[in-house]
Amino acid sequence: MSEDLQELISKAQSAIDAATDLQQLDQVRVDYLGKKGVITAQLKTLGKLPAEQRKQAGQDINEAKRSVQTALEVRHATLEEARLKSILESETVDVSLPGRGQDVGALHPVTRTRERIEEIFSQMGFETAEGPEIEDDYHNFEALNIPEQHPARAMQDTFYFEDKRVLRTHTSPVQIRTMENKQPPYRIIAPGRVYRCDSDVTHTPMFHQVEGLLIDENISFADLMGTLDRFLKLFFENEDLKTRFRPSYFPFTEPSSEVDIQCVMCHGEGCRICGHTGWIEILGCGMVHPNVLAHVKVDNEKFVGFAFGIGIERMAMLRYGVNDLRLFFENDLRFLKQFS
Amino acid sequence: MKFSEQWLREWANPAINVNDLADQITMAGLEVDSVVPVAGEFSGVIVAEIISLEKHPDADKLNVCQVNNGTETIQIVCGAANARAGLKAPLATIGAVLPGNFNIKKSKLRGVESFGMLCAETELAMAESSDGLMELASDATVGMDIRDYLQLDDQIIEIELTPNRSDCLSIQGVAREVATLNNCELTPADMNAQPATIDDVIKVNIAAGDACPHYLGRVIRNVNVTAETPLWMQEKLRRSGFRSHGPVVDVTNYVLMELGQPMHAFDLDKLNGDITVRMAAAGEEVELLDGKKVNAAADTLLITDAKNVLALAGIMGGEWSSVTDDTRHVFFESAYFTPDAIAGRARRYGLHTDSSHRFERGVDPALQSQAIERATELLLQIAGGEAGPVIEETTSAYSIKREAIHLRKARIKRILGIELADDEIEAILTRLGMQVAAAAEGWLVTAPSFRFDITIESDLIEELIRIHGYNNIPRVMPVYQSGLREKTEKQLAMQNLRQNLLDHGYFEAVTYSFVDPEWCKALAPDSKAIALANPMSSEMSVMRTTLWAGMLKVLQYNLNRQQSRVRLFETGLRFIEQESATLQQPMLAGVATGPLLSEQWAADSREIDFFDIKGDVEALLALGGGKIECVAEKHPALHPGQSAKVIKDGQAIGWIGALHPELQKTLDLSQKVYVFELELGSVCDKNVPKFNVLSKFPEVRRDISLLVDQKLSVSAIKECVVRAGSEVLKDIIVFDVYAGKGVSPGLKSVALGLILQDFSRTLIDDDVDQEIQKIVSSLEKELNATLRE
Repeated sequence: MSEDLQELISKAQSAIDAATDLQQLDQVRVDYLGKKGVITAQLKTLGKLPAEQRKQAGQDINEAKRSVQTALEVRHATLEEARLKSILESETVDVSLPGRGQDVGALHPVTRTRERIEEIFSQMGFETAEGPEIEDDYHNFEALNIPEQHPARAMQDTFYFEDKRVLRTHTSPVQIRTMENKQPPYRIIAPGRVYRCDSDVTHTPMFHQVEGLLIDENISFADLMGTLDRFLKLFFENEDLKTRFRPSYFPFTEPSSEVDIQCVMCHGEGCRICGHTGWIEILGCGMVHPNVLAHVKVDNEKFVGFAFGIGIERMAMLRYGVNDLRLFFENDLRFLKQFS
Repeated sequence: MKFSEQWLREWANPAINVNDLADQITMAGLEVDSVVPVAGEFSGVIVAEIISLEKHPDADKLNVCQVNNGTETIQIVCGAANARAGLKAPLATIGAVLPGNFNIKKSKLRGVESFGMLCAETELAMAESSDGLMELASDATVGMDIRDYLQLDDQIIEIELTPNRSDCLSIQGVAREVATLNNCELTPADMNAQPATIDDVIKVNIAAGDACPHYLGRVIRNVNVTAETPLWMQEKLRRSGFRSHGPVVDVTNYVLMELGQPMHAFDLDKLNGDITVRMAAAGEEVELLDGKKVNAAADTLLITDAKNVLALAGIMGGEWSSVTDDTRHVFFESAYFTPDAIAGRARRYGLHTDSSHRFERGVDPALQSQAIERATELLLQIAGGEAGPVIEETTSAYSIKREAIHLRKARIKRILGIELADDEIEAILTRLGMQVAAAAEGWLVTAPSFRFDITIESDLIEELIRIHGYNNIPRVMPVYQSGLREKTEKQLAMQNLRQNLLDHGYFEAVTYSFVDPEWCKALAPDSKAIALANPMSSEMSVMRTTLWAGMLKVLQYNLNRQQSRVRLFETGLRFIEQESATLQQPMLAGVATGPLLSEQWAADSREIDFFDIKGDVEALLALGGGKIECVAEKHPALHPGQSAKVIKDGQAIGWIGALHPELQKTLDLSQKVYVFELELGSVCDKNVPKFNVLSKFPEVRRDISLLVDQKLSVSAIKECVVRAGSEVLKDIIVFDVYAGKGVSPGLKSVALGLILQDFSRTLIDDDVDQEIQKIVSSLEKELNATLRE
């Protein structure tokens, strides 16, 4: 290869190295390999050469051309990479900054708890039923085996209206309404608001219950115990949760029972929450009283079953550690946001 | 009810400690609330007597007492006002340790030596408060350890009884349970009938035989009412929560606690003629023992004589005939009043007495005779006197005979899910005092007279399992008729609805259903509210006619707590009084105020407006499908220019709008508030989708820009377009609405994108031009619109 050609390659190499961006590099390409480029010009001189030199010279020029081309490509790749890098760098964001957009709200803990209870029982085919909150005396008391003057009426401080209707004191009337309207078997839960004329640190005049009713041909107290024991273990997500059934009295069940769970705070050791007994009273239940079934004309020889009532706020307090019942009805956003 | 453990153990004494006993009766249904020692832990306290005392030379309020401790006379400095010569009081001797680990040492008070401390009840942790030294009986043995003297190694057990177990409202009743549970002996107190020593009787007439089937009376003459009630009785009563009121009243209270029979004692000298038990004449005035006057209603049973009303039967005695310090002769009453005759009456007169508590739940109808004999015996022992014969009146309503109940073996298993052995069944029932006889398929069981809560087979089954132990039943999962139930697709699940609102930043609130009537009136003046007869307060006195009433109060509460951005929703009933009935309708409501977005670095925020909340409502309603429209309509609570009725498939289902600025001011809300309230039932109505075949041909879009009257609603324009358009018109997009610079006043520019598509071919320009021309000319003709170039 001629010295001229060698020098040309080395000049081209210098120009390529000197190019700092793709535009400059492209100019180098045009200068050397373009139509009017210096190497292209060399090719045009071939014709003037003697025939025996022409082949060699042609090969040399093409060699030089390839060499410059390769150098251009290498440089192009480098510059392209640098360009991309600089774009990426310029587009880099602080990913720790908060994302843009709407806040997401939260369910009220009472609803959250209620839905959880409904979900657990729905696995057993319990359907949700609802009823009116302004109730007549018959459905709230009479049909539930609580006649006028019954001492159990004094157990529940009732809100009355002038016409003797009441704000339901429990969700039990939904049992009655369901049984009045449908034929057994029954498998329902009835969540909702209930009202008692009482207000202090541990009582609000409105709160929520879930009433449950299972009536079928072959249901016993053992089934009641099994169902509620299982429910409580599932609700608190604790397979070791201890439960105990204690005789009690409700006019609409016989036998009747209160259910205690081992204190979820101290695990039975005894603390302020459980009054140092290790147990927390959590719900009431029992086998549906024959008088109740008689009121709704269900054949008690054929069908038997159980009913239970769960206080939703109480479950929510134990589950989420809420220490004051009244918070549920203040609806302070700082409280509600904790249930997101 | 509370009582002394020792007293209970006199009647039934199982070999278990007090904590196990408490657990045991709790698990049998007599829930123990507390077990509290009758006195604190202390030692070295004895009975002492003040021999003499003189003023402390250097302290006005202190006395220097010479005190007999049983072996010598020692000097004690004491500040109690009731310190006096002859008083017997507890003395903490040197070396004594009082509750709270307080050591008694020899000390000097203002220069005078004191060899111990005379004590008040509080200092021995025997009472919450006390007034001076504890005064002991004059016959107390000086020098005796006070713990022995007062039998302080005892616990007060308090139980909470369910209304069906009034048979346990006495020592006898609890003891029966304890004996049954432990299968141990019942050892009643030694009681002896007292023969009459005088002939005095009073004629008793029962004019209300159903209410008072059994009435016993007895004259006791020459009673010393100033005699001191013995310490053992005073202490038992004190531990049951009764204060001592002299021997006559103490004896009646003692019998009430011991046996469960409420009694009353009248001053015999105040009685005039026969005793009559009758219903009150309406409004009849009775002056009670506690000085209160009540006007008895006609359903109230009275004890009267020829001149006066003596008592509200079974509730409280009258002032006139009560036993006083001057009483010489006594008339005892031991009666059976039926629960129906007493229940609810005491409460109505604002009274609640130990007597009414028992009668309204039920007293053993067979108990009256034993009780009056017991009271006579105790009174004669304590206060002397001569007893007349027992006067006994019964009516046709009186019966202690109980119906036998058929208990079927198969039914026991059916209800409980376990099989109990025959001999266990018989043993439990027998221990409970029932008569058990074999019968077809099981037994005939007769409950004792005191267990009137036992009336049906289920009651017996409960008794069996109560004694057998609830927790001895194995827990199983029920087997029931299975099957798949209806599951409609036409109903939106509440969970989805709520989730949608949560996703749009709403928090769920739960507010009281009773609200301030003023707020109701302001927010829903056209709806009639229903008022509670006994509200908690005037702010919670009517049932909400709109959910906004409670929710806006919550919004206000949060605004007052530096929460300027509030989004809340609630579901629940509203209550509207209508002509024939009260509408109790499930509603879904929302309230919103403050910036669109919470403050953030990457987005400019602004205050929300009508279209933000409308967008939220549209998103919500889109879940159910159907045709949703908002029609401008005025609502008394809403801004007249930003208020709309929400229409779903042609049915009005609620309201949306900005709260009226005047109302916002009245309700003291500091910023603009947007609200909506929808009928939940309609919101949840869901369309089942129906597929339409897709066109294979391309869509064409043409945009037109119109100038129209500014008051013309965009929905009117869209309706006009739809009317004019053919079946190729597929959709209309409103992409700009503008009024202001460049548009003549009174006009606005509305830009529409019209989407056209045919099913059978590709639309060519001519088709499209024709269609658009048809639409534009309709708009021009019908709405006076002009096409904007």
